[in-house]
Amino acid sequence: MNPKPKFAMYWAASCGGCEIAVLNIHEKILDVDANFEVVFWPVAMDAKYKDVEAMEDGSILLTLFNGGIRNDENEHIAKLLRQKSKILVAFGSCACEGCIPGLANLSPVGEIVHTAFNTLTTDNPHEIYPRTTFDVPEGELHIPKLSKVLRPLDQVVDVDYYMPGCPPESHQIAAVIDLVIDVLHGKANLPPKGATIGVGNSTVCDECPRTRNIKFIKEFKRIQDIAPVDPNLCLLEQGIPCNGPATRSGCNSRCPNAGAQCIGCYGPAEGVMDYGARLITAFSSVIDANTPAEIEHILDGIPDPTGQVYRFNLAGSLLKASQDAWKVK
Amino acid sequence: MSEKKNERVGVYVCHCGSNIAGVVDVVDVAKWAQEKLGPQGVIIAREYKFMCSSLGQELIQKDIKELGLTRIVVAACSPHLHEKTFRTAAKNAGLNPYLVELASIREQVSWVHTDKAVATAKSKAVVSGAVSRVIENVALDEIKVPINPNTLIVGGGIAGIQSALEIANAGFHVYLVEREPSIGGHMAQFDKTFPTLDCSACILTPRMVEAGTHPNITLLTWSEVVKVTGFVGNFNVTIKKKARFVNEELCTGCGICQEKCPKKVIDEVYEAGLGYRKAVYTPFAQAVPNFPVMDKENCTYFIKGTCKACEKFCPTGAIDFKQEDQLINIDVGNIVLATGYDLFDARRVSNYGYGRLPNVFTSLEFERLSNAAGPTSGNIVLRDGKTAPKSVGIIHCVGSRDKNFNNYCSVICCMQGLKFAHLVHERTGATVYNFYIDMRTAYKAYDEFYQRVLEEGTLFVRGKVAEVTNAARYESEKGKLVIQVEDTLVGKQRRIPVDMVILSSGLQPRHDAKEVGKLFGISCSMDGWFTEKHPKLDPVATMTEGIYIVGCAQGPKDIPSSVAQGAAASARVLDKILQKEVALEPIKASVDQEMCSGCRICNGLCPFNAITFLEDRMVTEINPALCQGCGTCVAACPAGAISGTGFSNEQIIAQIDGLLLRNLEIQEAVPA
Amino acid sequence: MTDKIFEPTIIGFTCNWCSYRASDLAGTARMKYAPNVRLIRMMCSGRLDPTFVLRALSGGADGVMITGCHPGECHYIEQNYKALRRFLLLRRVLAGLGIEPERVKLVWASAAEGARFASETTAFVEEIRKLGPLNWGKPVAQLENLQEEISKLEEVSA
Repeated sequence: MNPKPKFAMYWAASCGGCEIAVLNIHEKILDVDANFEVVFWPVAMDAKYKDVEAMEDGSILLTLFNGGIRNDENEHIAKLLRQKSKILVAFGSCACEGCIPGLANLSPVGEIVHTAFNTLTTDNPHEIYPRTTFDVPEGELHIPKLSKVLRPLDQVVDVDYYMPGCPPESHQIAAVIDLVIDVLHGKANLPPKGATIGVGNSTVCDECPRTRNIKFIKEFKRIQDIAPVDPNLCLLEQGIPCNGPATRSGCNSRCPNAGAQCIGCYGPAEGVMDYGARLITAFSSVIDANTPAEIEHILDGIPDPTGQVYRFNLAGSLLKASQDAWKVK
Repeated sequence: MSEKKNERVGVYVCHCGSNIAGVVDVVDVAKWAQEKLGPQGVIIAREYKFMCSSLGQELIQKDIKELGLTRIVVAACSPHLHEKTFRTAAKNAGLNPYLVELASIREQVSWVHTDKAVATAKSKAVVSGAVSRVIENVALDEIKVPINPNTLIVGGGIAGIQSALEIANAGFHVYLVEREPSIGGHMAQFDKTFPTLDCSACILTPRMVEAGTHPNITLLTWSEVVKVTGFVGNFNVTIKKKARFVNEELCTGCGICQEKCPKKVIDEVYEAGLGYRKAVYTPFAQAVPNFPVMDKENCTYFIKGTCKACEKFCPTGAIDFKQEDQLINIDVGNIVLATGYDLFDARRVSNYGYGRLPNVFTSLEFERLSNAAGPTSGNIVLRDGKTAPKSVGIIHCVGSRDKNFNNYCSVICCMQGLKFAHLVHERTGATVYNFYIDMRTAYKAYDEFYQRVLEEGTLFVRGKVAEVTNAARYESEKGKLVIQVEDTLVGKQRRIPVDMVILSSGLQPRHDAKEVGKLFGISCSMDGWFTEKHPKLDPVATMTEGIYIVGCAQGPKDIPSSVAQGAAASARVLDKILQKEVALEPIKASVDQEMCSGCRICNGLCPFNAITFLEDRMVTEINPALCQGCGTCVAACPAGAISGTGFSNEQIIAQIDGLLLRNLEIQEAVPA
Repeated sequence: MTDKIFEPTIIGFTCNWCSYRASDLAGTARMKYAPNVRLIRMMCSGRLDPTFVLRALSGGADGVMITGCHPGECHYIEQNYKALRRFLLLRRVLAGLGIEPERVKLVWASAAEGARFASETTAFVEEIRKLGPLNWGKPVAQLENLQEEISKLEEVSA
């Protein structure tokens, strides 16, 4: 009997939600277990990096890599898993476009550390900050070094497939697992390399049941300032900046169905170079005003435009980070 | 960004004599292109003295055939000059014309920069951009559409009438739409026309009659265009024919209804507010068509429900109080806009006292005074209706050549002012002063007319009138209008008392010109006149194919020029009609309906109504016949589902990368 | 290297009917202006996709000039208003990324305004020269010394 193909899943700079989403496929996890040998999955089993290092190159058939590359450990493991895997999937928004950890790219890393260790809720009267190396009698201790900016997986290694979402919806994960199992049994072909999988072929509006009309936006509001929100009408038309029009479909428009605007976790549509640009053009093109003063007044209704358009997709955008964050001083 | 495609690109750098080669090292640019852009696909790069010459074009054609070139870049002058030339050359050599790109290194480089090294470096970047772009070009074919031989002419003034007659006489049908009850326009209000002093009505009315009775002209007066859709060769126009409350089939034009109507109304339009008309009226005796209209707002029946005198007396029972506005839909191939001008509102120049001082008249008011069929039977009298003036001041440039009102010259006011001077002399023997800044009497027999008026004893004062006042300072000024002016030729301030002041008011675009422009899809200049395609070489065409502008709608002008433009537009229209079909540039947007999410963000963005939403499939569709190729929807689609030919995302991104030299394997240090 | 004057590289977007013709007119009239702008011709300023601006800035341009017909004079009636709306929101987003809003400029120029096109171009080049190079897209470097980064914090704005 052939040994089961190997499966790995790893988390870099992430929240753990993608792991939960995978476990959320419920009984289907048994299909995974039936068809794969899980060799490396820090959340679910005990394994060491040196176990991975010892594996043969390309011996792991499928690796789901979630999380962005924030430090040299992330980078090291990303490169390692690339080496050891046949198919490497950038799993979840962090690995695809940076996701929320990517928002750190708006600040210089020194400031991030300073804030984390010194302000708001931390008392640090002696100004103690982490160092990346430290000598102890037993030897030299290391903690991973932060990079200037967070990078999505494909800015560090070659990626075979992308599965966006924060997290990818469990039904999509299940569908992908089914596909891979079919491929294993020779019943289907793998999509072309570089494809985005576990997604629809349009944007969230395609799956959204709300009525939509020709748009004339006279103001933008925050959803909490509108009461009540019409459950049947397009959110954008009600003045709520919904990212649905620019966001890849596949989630069954979960958030608009629940009464909230889409915040864009599934990333851009196929072939789009910069997610934020699509939202900039979509929102602004339908503003119902022609003079700079009126337009600016309407735009004031979006208090954080950079965050609005790049919440999940900053690190994977064309500019990738703010000037402060990565400028070589 | 563009993957290395297997295109075979030819680059041709033109010297343009010394126009380019004098500043840009064209030999170096060609060599650089061959060397550095070779990995991208440049197979051959040549330089030649005059690429647009037949020898230059043959160079390209030979290379296409012998080297199997699939893309061409010509680095030369502006694409607005020779894009067609090189596209045609490529087409004749068997290469799709849309696989040719022009890179402007003359208007954009050699003619505007002085440093040769910098200009050469910039030319390399420009060529690099064009090469990257052309690799992303796709073969396109012109779209051919048939032409509807009918024509719509909007505006029945002299220009519109001329245009209508020319096309109708050639055997094709014309719809002539006029907003007023009769055609004739402003020319019908004038008394005499300069410089011949022909009676305006005498030369105009035969044309009006011809237009009114021509078998190929459908006259739609008391009508307005309300909707236009379509494109050249295939316009669909909706016209609102306002209710006249007179049945045109039964009316004989006898005029009894007008005679018997008890309600008198001040005629603000034709009589310029100086005379009366009735509530049911024809604007003037020679009106074409001769059917009266009823002024609903002033008619006793519509106000109170009584009277109906017209109905009682009409011998044919043609009065129809129940008549409704009609919407007429027509299909035409071409449209000529001859909507004319509005007179500058002289009240705005408050220091001239029009509207406040009774004996200050505008030019149109004077025309009506002077006209034998006018409210004073041709007697030039003061506002009291009986006193003849003994002295008259005529002020030129009222509202024109003035930064406070209109900056432009209204062209006809000097001749008009001289004409008034002559008429006043002739009819009243009064002393006439003309106050002018410059005397603009440029055309045939115009200056001779000026000299004649000089010899008649008109007094000319060169100065912009500061004020017209009735506040007398001296005994001699009591009861008079005093014109305060600096006589610049003698360098003195003068106060000239006169009985009557005539303001040679300027011409303005129609108050609704912008809305009308929008209706037809053409734009207005900053002054408000319709914008022509090219001010020197194409004054009657507009940027929108199939729509022409003639007469004062395009800018102030005299009657001969209006007539000439009317005829010119007809020639263009006939040219199109006779070709039977028109080729449209294939720069169009289209929606990938698989990717379209039906968000409808693009739906409100098209001024040409090319974008429609298919409710059943919840996707958007673009009509390529209506699409004008602006690309706004392509840029707006948040799903990236709309693409545009000719200026695709791939082409533009490639050009950006090429201009920034990102396409080179090794970044060369190109200054600036 | 330090005594070399910084020559900005600017990408300019023009519309076929007005601003491109204005630049042609500047050429025909032999008006001289700064050579730092490389032009791209589109049919209309309404074609301007913010992606183009981002591509230019991330690709080595120090500034972007967007030009089109004056409001009310657009050959396609009103598409330049869409360009204006996009420009205003784009500028805000760029500001959030620390890019000086002055690096992207919107200029309306009619086909007759060759002189204006030339003067606006030269003026913009000088503005960018004062702002300095953008130099986007440098490779991401590893941090060697976190302590040093934190100690530089006095200079870093919040």
